[in-house]
Amino acid sequence: MDRKPAWPSSLLKLALCIPLAQNAIPTIFAAMRPDALLYPAPEGLYCPEGGFYVDPVRPVERALITHGHSDHARPGHVNVLATRQTLDIMRIRYGDGFSASEQPVAFGEELDINGVKVSFHPAGHVLGSAQIAIEKNGTRIVVSGDYKRRPDPTCEAYVPVPCDVFITEATFGLPVFHHPDPIDETGKLLASLRQFPERTHLVGAYALGKAQRVIRLLRDAGYGEPIYIHGAMERLCDYYIGQGIDLGELLPATIESRDKSIFKGAVVIGPSSAFADRWTRRFNDPLPSFASGWMMVRQRAKQLGVELPLVISDHCDWPELTETITELAPQEVWVTHGREEALVRWCELQGIKAKPLHLVGYEDEGD
Amino acid sequence: MKAFADLLDRLVLTPSRNSKLKLLTDYFRDTPDPDRGYGLAAIAGTLEVRNVKPAMLRELVLERMDDVLFRYSYDYVGDLAETISLVWYNERDIDRSAFAQPRLGEVVVRMNSLGRTEVRSFVRDLLDRLDSSGRFAFIKLATGALRIGVSARLAKQALADLGGKDVTEIETLWHGLQPPYESLFKWLEGGEEKPVLATPAIFHSVMLANPVEEGDLGILNPVDYAAEWKWDGIRVQLSRSGETRRIYSRSGDDISGAFPDILESISFSGVIDGELLVGGTARSNSPTRTFSDLQQRLNRKTVTSRMLEEYPAFIRAYDMLFDGEQDVRGNSYIERRGRLSEVIDRAPHDRFDLSPLVPFSTWEELDDLRAAPPDPVIEGVMIKRRDSIYQAGRMKGPWFKWKRNPYNVDAVLMYAQRGHGKRSSYYSDFTFGVWADDEDGEQLVPVGKAYFGFTDAELEVLDKFVRNNTTERFGPVRAVRADKEFGFVVEVAFEGINRSTRHKSGVAMRFPRIARLRPDKPSYEADRLRTLIAMIDAKAG
Repeated sequence: MDRKPAWPSSLLKLALCIPLAQNAIPTIFAAMRPDALLYPAPEGLYCPEGGFYVDPVRPVERALITHGHSDHARPGHVNVLATRQTLDIMRIRYGDGFSASEQPVAFGEELDINGVKVSFHPAGHVLGSAQIAIEKNGTRIVVSGDYKRRPDPTCEAYVPVPCDVFITEATFGLPVFHHPDPIDETGKLLASLRQFPERTHLVGAYALGKAQRVIRLLRDAGYGEPIYIHGAMERLCDYYIGQGIDLGELLPATIESRDKSIFKGAVVIGPSSAFADRWTRRFNDPLPSFASGWMMVRQRAKQLGVELPLVISDHCDWPELTETITELAPQEVWVTHGREEALVRWCELQGIKAKPLHLVGYEDEGD
Repeated sequence: MKAFADLLDRLVLTPSRNSKLKLLTDYFRDTPDPDRGYGLAAIAGTLEVRNVKPAMLRELVLERMDDVLFRYSYDYVGDLAETISLVWYNERDIDRSAFAQPRLGEVVVRMNSLGRTEVRSFVRDLLDRLDSSGRFAFIKLATGALRIGVSARLAKQALADLGGKDVTEIETLWHGLQPPYESLFKWLEGGEEKPVLATPAIFHSVMLANPVEEGDLGILNPVDYAAEWKWDGIRVQLSRSGETRRIYSRSGDDISGAFPDILESISFSGVIDGELLVGGTARSNSPTRTFSDLQQRLNRKTVTSRMLEEYPAFIRAYDMLFDGEQDVRGNSYIERRGRLSEVIDRAPHDRFDLSPLVPFSTWEELDDLRAAPPDPVIEGVMIKRRDSIYQAGRMKGPWFKWKRNPYNVDAVLMYAQRGHGKRSSYYSDFTFGVWADDEDGEQLVPVGKAYFGFTDAELEVLDKFVRNNTTERFGPVRAVRADKEFGFVVEVAFEGINRSTRHKSGVAMRFPRIARLRPDKPSYEADRLRTLIAMIDAKAG
């Protein structure tokens, strides 16, 4: 993969010489207090020593980005450090000017930013998604970003990274969320296609990650028909294909010939926001479906007018969240966005120190 | 249990009637006996299964779970059965594939045979063995709160579709059969003869009338027909055979439990057809009350003594199917009425009266009577051929219903809500208002909501108007511009109008629908609230 030297060269030098300088000096400091290494600021999680933010919600000088969902990866920062794939996704979504300069980082590669050790590790959420480990003076914090533990052929699998402080999301941080096997959920869609062969099955899915995963799940279940996609997800699907993820035959869900009959019994994937739109009128008695972890709760499906809920999530469910914390056994857990109170309560019951970070600006989006 | 749970999951979220029928017939076809019969019973409301108290379920879940975490979960989900089905967690490795889960029939039979002390551990074990959909279905069954938007009538229609039969045949058999309905399914699938009923006081499918349409009456001789008032109540069938008494709705649902006052007063044996109303009978000289009063008594499993006193029910009888044990359906209408009149004459005067005949000699005369009926609870006339036999179903010719013309007002569109299913991309549920006096002059007040009456082409026009003139959004609802200078006027037709304390305008319409679009009409020329109130007063006077 080609790398553009977009990160300022002065910074590159810094990154190279600081570790040397630091190793030369014997450590005289006690382990660094974690909340001095990283804390929530209005712009986002801030590391004052390193002079950078993680997934900032406002434009900043230096941003480290975990993944390409728009609530985490926003345009307008001066310098962006992220995986090659996340940078590519940001370019697809925001255009060339999404930041003044960019620097790609490989999984496992160790960087030094103003004396702070930084490394990126797979998070298993969407293509290119990473956890970011931040370490100084023997204290390591892992910002997990959004992550999941289930196998997903469209992105690299989550890797546990030992740490003192684990910062976890809690999108599905309630004991009600036990996501079923996505293969069984895909089976429901296929069963419905057999039962209602006339109806267009309209599957709502987030454009980055979920859409491609649903397509791939259908292909792995043996579904060989062309799948129609909404215009909003074309470029991202093309990108996934370019990254070696086989999605089979995809066609645009447009009606050039005014022949609506092609959508009879077809699978159409689009953002759920388009369902209420006049866009859907081209389809034959559409059967609204939605692939999301929220579909676990019937009332939620009902409110959205979803007839066929598919519980397919790119986030951890409750057992995955709690098992991950048990496995990592960190000193402390900080909970970012989602249902913080339940996960904090669970940590307390296990005798693990935990606190909510009350970050703002991260939505339920992405699932 | 797996098949039944999956069916419930789909039915709850499926708005279209045809899709519901498809889901039901597929379930009945693909599920073996006796499970499908118990599933049918659960949907149709005839399943008897030992009740489990929500408190016990909550205790079971808290055996394994922190109560704070449970509370957070319940707050989020909002429904106890669903919360428990989702949070139920069990560390043991249990095979929950479809074949390993217990069958519905097994669960029902076991539940009903358990001793008092065995219930708790049986339920705990069952919740472990089911997946979350199965747990949800079981809890809904065992707490008696299965609300899935499917009527018994729809389930019977699905059975009719399955067997290629007429739904009236199913309705006739229905109350003589018991879950798990094995003989019914065998007959529907063509393996056996139609089940023979031994049970007395079963439901008999009713004879239905056709609406009078343009040109229908001109070719008929008024001498051949009798007329009765059409009362605004609900049609019921009363049966008594020995000590078995029943009241059925016209689709065969047993509503006996809600009307003990009538049930106790059935002094005769046989089957009669009549209108269920609230108020006093003609011969007790007290007025018949409105449909909204009757509604206080409908859709209840039980009834309080206060309800019985405040909303006394009675039957205005108009036909007879069985006189004692004798089937009189093959006799003429006039002959049946003669028998009915004798029976009603002896029946308790406060609970039964006879629907009077309306004398007329020409259709014009009847039309005038229809337009100005003597009682506000009359909604038109019924026209019945004097020599007609009692035939189930809706034949054209013997019986007609001729409703009084609907009321009409011109109203202004105020809000629109997105529809469901096929209409989910359309704003198709409309709230409309009329002008009312206010301290600051005249303001629009909402007077009703309608989601039908318009054609598909008209819906396109309405939807476009809503999208182009939205002033505010509240979730799926949009407010549209509606003021003196600008607004969309629609002609609303409705069957009746009453005072209402639940609506800001103080009026409530019955069956409002959008009869016509009036894009030509300026919004300030729409009707005034006082016009609607005058309609209520005219009715009462």
